[in-house]
Amino acid sequence: MTTTAPGPGRSPTRERPAPPRRRPLTLRRRESRAGLALVAPTLLVTIAVIGIPIVWTVVLAFQRVRLATLRKTGLFGEFTMDNIDRVLHTPGFAETLWVTLIYSIGGTVGSIVLGLVAALVVRRPFRGRTLVRASMLLPYVAPVVAVTFVWQVMLDPQLGIVNAWGQRLLGWDAPVPFLTQESTALATVIVFEAWRYFPFAFLFLLARLQAVPGELEEAARVDGATPTQRFRHILLPQLLPVIALLGVLRFIMTFNKFDDVYLLTGGAAGTEVVSVRVYEFLTARTDIGAAAAQAVVLAVVLIVFVLIYLRFFGRRVS
Amino acid sequence: MDRDVVETVSLRWLRRLVIAVFLVITVFPFYYMLVLSVRPIERLLLDPGALVVGFGELTVATYAEVLKATDDGGQGFLTFIRNSGLVAVAATVLTLLVAIPGAYAVARLRFFGRRQVDFLFLAVYLFPSIVIAIPLFVVFTRAGLRGSLFGLVLVYISQTLPVSVYMLKNYFETIPVSLEESAAIDGAGRLGIIRRVSLPLAMPSIMAVALYDFMIAWNEFLFALLFLVDKPNRWTVSLGLSLLADGVEVPKTVLMAGSVVLTLPIVILFFASERLLTEGLTSGAEKG
Repeated sequence: MTTTAPGPGRSPTRERPAPPRRRPLTLRRRESRAGLALVAPTLLVTIAVIGIPIVWTVVLAFQRVRLATLRKTGLFGEFTMDNIDRVLHTPGFAETLWVTLIYSIGGTVGSIVLGLVAALVVRRPFRGRTLVRASMLLPYVAPVVAVTFVWQVMLDPQLGIVNAWGQRLLGWDAPVPFLTQESTALATVIVFEAWRYFPFAFLFLLARLQAVPGELEEAARVDGATPTQRFRHILLPQLLPVIALLGVLRFIMTFNKFDDVYLLTGGAAGTEVVSVRVYEFLTARTDIGAAAAQAVVLAVVLIVFVLIYLRFFGRRVS
Repeated sequence: MDRDVVETVSLRWLRRLVIAVFLVITVFPFYYMLVLSVRPIERLLLDPGALVVGFGELTVATYAEVLKATDDGGQGFLTFIRNSGLVAVAATVLTLLVAIPGAYAVARLRFFGRRQVDFLFLAVYLFPSIVIAIPLFVVFTRAGLRGSLFGLVLVYISQTLPVSVYMLKNYFETIPVSLEESAAIDGAGRLGIIRRVSLPLAMPSIMAVALYDFMIAWNEFLFALLFLVDKPNRWTVSLGLSLLADGVEVPKTVLMAGSVVLTLPIVILFFASERLLTEGLTSGAEKG
């Protein structure tokens, strides 16, 4: 078997002289055919349920489409820049983008820091470790609707436990409406985000920590490095690539997040993120064109941020 | 005392403390959910800070209200559970059927365009689902599929497929090629190798992916909201619960009972398969 990859079009032409039926396929070509045959269904379904919708959103962003006129508009009707224009000039656009950015960065940093601390403390075996590790994953696997409700009830000014205890033990003068007042809503949502997604960072960091060879730390200990020095000079450099990767993954996912904010605050009190706004355009205003334009803007901004990030941390991430 | 001893001792205590704090912040909300779901609302209003349920005030009326059919004055969650279960199982099975061959091909077989396909799967995984939601909303409205559970299954495949391919691919890559080669020398064809060697070896990982897909589909909210909101008898548990909160005069304790009903299947599944899941989720993560 040759080791160089055959060019796509070259090998068939080279073999053309022989009658195609008689000559047995090389192992390599059989492998290539099997690969294409196996990947085809996956690829087709992916293109059908994800690829086409993405392209279609871009098309819709440049068309005048409303839910009421939906049945009449064709796929390639008139194209217009109205939607983009409207989206960029509707009041609150810049603020939404800013809120989304703060929310994404806050949620990303919070979840990674919490995840790192969690991974460091359960790294070495202790009694009940499996149970502790499993419990730490609960926020991540539990249904979003249920956990947002519990948070809402816990933070409720009248019957929430946080305010009850805050007033009784910490001497708060009045109950704090965490999720409905401008000064605390965004911060609360960010804390929720960090709480819900730190298990994701925790899992990745723990897996990486356990792959750090024991001799490295042992050698540092023999050389007289204290625990914090060992963390700073041995563990942290080993973890940095994973942290950089988590940074980009969590940022993308938080930037796109809809459920958490929608369920916690409905986008009120200065927490309207872009995807909640897209949803509002889509359902409340039934303006499909504007919703699509808003979504396209979301995707473009996201791609720009990721590219900037990769420029700075690219070597680490790959 | 030298610095090493000070640090070692204080970190030992700090570590215990931090573990305790983490346990509290992760488990407490779920405990609180459970406690509230079995307390009468009047008692809650009187004493919102209580953490234990007195024997006298224990009630399961909240669960009865949540689970009973709407005709009997309840909230009809039994129907929602059936809907959610059907959709999640169907989406999981279909996703696996499509994802396994593709993941295997990308992991193992050299074919034209393999790297591009690999990149595509990762890119769609990271794409905003709200971007996909708009055209699906349009198509489903036009095709009359809005309000159909089958349509929802199709949409859920778009949510579970990329991550499934990604996880399975990472696992297939860890199976030693030599095992497959020896099967090939023994005369097995490609499909025979997959069926007799690769699939049995990948079974734990496939189970982990299946559980993960099931959880995604069971927990999903946005698409259920977009597509099913007009058809109350098709609601999933997540959707039913979120809309229950909009209804007037539904006590918070009933909401918490609904949350427990929504969360319990996932928590049971999770604890039953914790090892499988944590290892499956990060398989391949060591490569960084």
